[in-house]
Amino acid sequence: MQTSDRVRTDTGQAKIDAEPAGSPPAGLFAGLRRAATGLFAYPVTGPLVALILILIVFSVTTSTFLNAGNLSLIFQQSVVVGTLALGQTLIILVSGIDLANGAIMVLGMVVAGSIAANGDPMLGMLVGLAVCIVAASINGLIITRFRLPPFIATLGLFTILTAAARLYTQSRSYPINSDFMTILGEGPSFGLVTITYGSMLWIALTLVLAYALNQTAWGVRVYAIGNSPAAARLNGVNVNGVIFSVYALAGVFYAFAGWQALGRTPIADPSGYQIANLDSITAVVIGGTSLFGGRGGVAGTFIGALIVVVLKNGLTQAGIDSLYQQIATGFLVILAVGADQYLGRGQRA
Amino acid sequence: MNTQPTTPLAMQATGLTKRYGHVVALDGADFELAKGEILAVVGDNGAGKSSLIKVLTGATIPDSGTVFVDGAEVHFKNPLSARLAGIETVYQELAVATQLNIAQNLFLGRELRKPGLRGQIFRQLDKSRMRQQAADHMKNLGIRIQSINQKVETLSGGQRQAVAVARAAAWGKRVVILDEPTAALGVRETNQVLNLITRVRDQGLSVVLISHSMPDVFQIADRIHIHRLGRRAVVVSPKTTSMSDVVAVMTGALPADAVQSSLIATQPPLPSASH
Ligand SMILES: Nc1ncnc2c1ncn2[C@@H]1O[C@H](COP(=O)(O)OP(=O)(O)O)[C@@H](O)[C@H]1O
Ligand SMILES: [Mg+2]
Repeated sequence: MQTSDRVRTDTGQAKIDAEPAGSPPAGLFAGLRRAATGLFAYPVTGPLVALILILIVFSVTTSTFLNAGNLSLIFQQSVVVGTLALGQTLIILVSGIDLANGAIMVLGMVVAGSIAANGDPMLGMLVGLAVCIVAASINGLIITRFRLPPFIATLGLFTILTAAARLYTQSRSYPINSDFMTILGEGPSFGLVTITYGSMLWIALTLVLAYALNQTAWGVRVYAIGNSPAAARLNGVNVNGVIFSVYALAGVFYAFAGWQALGRTPIADPSGYQIANLDSITAVVIGGTSLFGGRGGVAGTFIGALIVVVLKNGLTQAGIDSLYQQIATGFLVILAVGADQYLGRGQRA
Repeated sequence: MNTQPTTPLAMQATGLTKRYGHVVALDGADFELAKGEILAVVGDNGAGKSSLIKVLTGATIPDSGTVFVDGAEVHFKNPLSARLAGIETVYQELAVATQLNIAQNLFLGRELRKPGLRGQIFRQLDKSRMRQQAADHMKNLGIRIQSINQKVETLSGGQRQAVAVARAAAWGKRVVILDEPTAALGVRETNQVLNLITRVRDQGLSVVLISHSMPDVFQIADRIHIHRLGRRAVVVSPKTTSMSDVVAVMTGALPADAVQSSLIATQPPLPSASH
């Protein structure tokens, strides 16, 4: 009797066949969607195409946009948001978000500036770096230890640090006289083109982070956590440890961004870079990193930061009001997130 | 130790108890798992199956009772210590990272680094070695895939579960524990996973299969552990006990001594030097 109940549909030789999940979608629309998904499977394709299109449009519609001098200026204008966005990318990859990064950077800058004003720029730089790492680690601690949503934790820290920077400086700004602190704005010039050390640093930091994300176990775990923290934990990954390391490491990038900022404008101003946090998120999202975590990378963010700046620069060249520039950027963010939502649907069950 | 007598049991547990407030989840439960067998664990909802598995995998610490691995007493403090003893678990919720590829999933948390400076100083992963080993392992288990570099999101539910089972088989040196591995699968995929489980057993590992599906259990289990009211009622063989009798013991309609026992051990191992 016991064998009659058995379900035996094969003889033990069945293999697990590899075929794509689900049945092939029918229709032109689904076909298009599949083609787009395939194209965007290479994370930088979308942002790169967008950047090239925008470059072409501004080159055709304005006479001042396309020249070596302006293009090198665009690069210089990108380094601060670009470097902040590297830290932001890491955080968004683990499904977090950092609204405090601009405020952390500014606090680091004014602390460094005040110490430099007392005659020790080197010490100022080191203390500024420490301030950035500690502040960013506080984010990481609140999020991993007390389980606060990153949005809330970093919003709180953003408010606190913005006020703290003003209290610390009594709302004064510190002009920077140290050559070392402003060196990232310098660099070899070829005619109108200046390749600043800051631009070089931005590229170098992007490459280092790309290596860490793609070639190390830590990088694999960052993606795994953003993809599914539960699966990562069940597979023995120290989820909280990696998330904390991500926030703390982001602090290092914020410190570099502060150094970049002093190279751009040699003033440590407590009320500067108010919306750098939003710009950095914009760069990350336009660069193709998913706000849901687990997908994307720093190559896309590099392009995303350039897109943000090219839009501002190009629309300025075209004589368009800066309020319209903001509207254009806003549209781009919604478009990018919408594309991620739409194309990524079904991958997050 | 070399002098220890070899035991036919991969794992054994005696007198496990676990209370949650007034609820007694485990009430003096015994357990035994032979080397190279598939042991099904069946029981009603709330019988204490998951509580038993959690003790065996280090996820909870019992109030009392003893666990033996390969004849030696062990005290797991956490899942990692069970892992280090060669016990791997496939959890009911699919524990795969869909954005990672198959090789990355198999090595997640245990990645291999390149030899020399590139590995030690620059922490560089040895991707080609991991791909090669992953591909060999999948082939040995008869899991056919297009590419080891495929993201897991491109796989079907059965294939994803196959990846999770393959991962456990790759790292489990002694025991692979599966909690309802076919609960979310259709008939065809269920059969594929059941066949995979038998291949894991045939490679010499011991398998614990928790399942609600009697047909699944009778298809592949070598022995069946029936859990009832927080303890083991009896262990039976699917060759000598019918499906309806197993269900009857499970629900209490039939007393446990009315079916033929297939217990191996009559006593716990003698106290001995632990590993
Ligand atoms: N963490 C817990 N806290 C409180 N009660 C629990 C907990 N885990 C299990 N129990 C109780 O212990 C009993 C056995 O549960 P469980 O081991 O999950 O059974 P099964 O897996 O066989 O369905 C149930 O009454 C359950 O409610
Ligand atoms: Mg259960």
